[in-house]
Amino acid sequence: MKLTRRMFIQGAAAVTALMAAPRALLAWPEKAFKAGSSDEVMQALFGSADVTESGSVVLNAPDIAENGRVVPISVSSSLDGVENISVIVVENPSPLAASFDLGPGASAAVSTRIKMGKTSNVIAVVKADGKLYSAQKEVKVTIGGCGG
Amino acid sequence: MDRREFLRLLGIGAIASSAAGCATSGRGAGAAAKTGLERMYDAAAFGNTRLLHFADCHAQLLPVYFREPNVNLGIGDRKGKLPHLVGEELLKFTGIAPGTPDAHAFTYLNFEAEARRLGRVGGFAHMAGLIKQMRAEGPRGEALLLDSGDTWQGSGTALWTRGQDMVGACNLLGVDIMTGHWEFTYLEDEIRANVEAFNGEFVAQNVKLTDDAAFFDVPAFDEVTGHAFKPYTTRMMGGHKVVIIGQAFPYTPIANPSRFIPNWTFGIRAEELQALVDQIQDHEDPEALILLSHNGMDVDLKLAAVTSGIDFILGGHTHDGMPVPTIVRNAAGGRTVVTNSGSNGKFLAVLDLDLGLGRVRDFRYRLLPIFSDLLPEDTEMAAYIQQVRAPYLSKLEETLAVSESVLYRRGNFSGTFDQVICDGMIAVGDAQIALSPGFRWGTSVLPGDPITMDRLLDQTCITYPETYVRDMTGEELKLILEDVCDNLFNPDPFYQQGGDMVRVGGMNYVCDPLARMGERISEMRLDSGELIDAAKSYKVTGWATVGSEAPGAPVWDVVAEYLRSEKTIRIDAVNSPVLKNVAGNPGISSYPS
Repeated sequence: MKLTRRMFIQGAAAVTALMAAPRALLAWPEKAFKAGSSDEVMQALFGSADVTESGSVVLNAPDIAENGRVVPISVSSSLDGVENISVIVVENPSPLAASFDLGPGASAAVSTRIKMGKTSNVIAVVKADGKLYSAQKEVKVTIGGCGG
Repeated sequence: MDRREFLRLLGIGAIASSAAGCATSGRGAGAAAKTGLERMYDAAAFGNTRLLHFADCHAQLLPVYFREPNVNLGIGDRKGKLPHLVGEELLKFTGIAPGTPDAHAFTYLNFEAEARRLGRVGGFAHMAGLIKQMRAEGPRGEALLLDSGDTWQGSGTALWTRGQDMVGACNLLGVDIMTGHWEFTYLEDEIRANVEAFNGEFVAQNVKLTDDAAFFDVPAFDEVTGHAFKPYTTRMMGGHKVVIIGQAFPYTPIANPSRFIPNWTFGIRAEELQALVDQIQDHEDPEALILLSHNGMDVDLKLAAVTSGIDFILGGHTHDGMPVPTIVRNAAGGRTVVTNSGSNGKFLAVLDLDLGLGRVRDFRYRLLPIFSDLLPEDTEMAAYIQQVRAPYLSKLEETLAVSESVLYRRGNFSGTFDQVICDGMIAVGDAQIALSPGFRWGTSVLPGDPITMDRLLDQTCITYPETYVRDMTGEELKLILEDVCDNLFNPDPFYQQGGDMVRVGGMNYVCDPLARMGERISEMRLDSGELIDAAKSYKVTGWATVGSEAPGAPVWDVVAEYLRSEKTIRIDAVNSPVLKNVAGNPGISSYPS
């Protein structure tokens, strides 16, 4: 479902409370966002790069990006006890594109738009009950044109 | 052979000239057996539901020549499979006898002589006649006419009327349902107006509003799902329920300028398609579910394999005229039949279905070549075409030069008409190197025939025709060649965009289609033989830039200037790359080694 302006305004009041949460309370994983490789990201975020590919993690991303600067992606999971969903763009200079901490009872589904410098594997990592699961997909970034 | 002689040979001249518009008069008789055409349009209807399909006519209202490719490589697991068979290999695989009209229609073999013998192909007036015949012969005298798109672009009149001339022609033709690709190279408001003026339905499950557009309440077919157009339509055919889902070209905003249609986002959307198919099967329970597709045939074949519940994919985009369908077994154990019905108005597909017991019990498929000299014109359509062209006629019919060679474009690497375009851009732009897009449309010219503005526009007529001349490093050139080459030869069809390789003038290179992205292109050299240096700058000219509007004159003005000064054109060799690792591939033939 698409978010329309009307729906946004209806929902805005409910969201305001969340936005007021003081930033200090949210642990900003600065080291992970500054890390230069996927392994460093995994270490900084989770203290481990030991991750299992899982069909219970669903990553939706385009095969070819229409615009590498804003690539819409979404990640969802049917696993119980999801604590975190993170998105890693392997070939980006700073591979960690997004990291979502989820509270208890939150629905494990996020969507965002990421920036991609070039064609890369995109990895969705889900932390559930202390374990790490992933799904990945190659997203191609092309200069475009010359199509017939 | 001219039309008169041809018809005399068939013994049907008198009927055709007195009853133009009555398509059935084109049925073979008498001496037609000599040409092998006597049964071309003669087939008893089968089953209880008839669908007619065409794709990629590229606004060719009048009959044309169109040479099929001698290079259409399949790599990886596509090697040696349809649509990647050319020439004799295609004939062998499909059981078409060499030297027959079908062999001419489906292959490049002996093109010039066969084109002279059998004449032009396509044209809406002739297509209209054949469609009327096929409708009349269908069950209950009806048929559903489906168009995979690339209909509103490809001619001068289509460009100058912003596709409206083709909407009018399709309304006369009676197109019931269509989807699109080049249709989206006009502006959003123009596209909406054309869809509005179209008497049929324009369907696309994979065109959605962008998040931003949805947020700002840009109009859409369905605000909740975000579908910019109706995703599918349901038709009753004599009590049989048929559902047609639309699949527009998934990479339109990448292969063509996104700036014309900033509010729409595309993609293959295989998962959403499957969800839609499941929903339709559950709620509508059709006897046949058809995907009317502009994916390109390789993408359609993969999509058929990874989805279930689609009975037929009637496809276009890659311009593959496939005489036989490909039956794909999909993950759920079902079967999906994939067809691709050629380009430039050259073919009409007839799909007869036997529907019943809630399913497709059986089918017959034929892809009929439209030999314009055999089929009488539909007078109403002929009059419409004349009226469309009248205001532009003197411009369109200007002879720019005369060709001494067969001019064509279609093929993975280059064509003789591409060479003319590159030569012209280099001469007029005083450049070292020319780049020209590997579109798959563009008609052919026979030796001795004039190169008119009509023919030049067939090759160049787009809404972003501006040229550039600028300095480019060898590294940039390599990057462009590698990028486009991956669009063509990525082993995963979902990463292919369906165009052919960018054409080059003033330089050449070695290409290994089997290599990985970034490693396919090597030994780039100027025509002088000098190696192109990654760090050095070269003066490069080109056209059809998608990112932003280029500063120069439209490409047809540039090439027309060159043709007028040359007067005669002879192309003995084209700048096409030396290929590695394609020996024994049945998708290549008659290629200079």
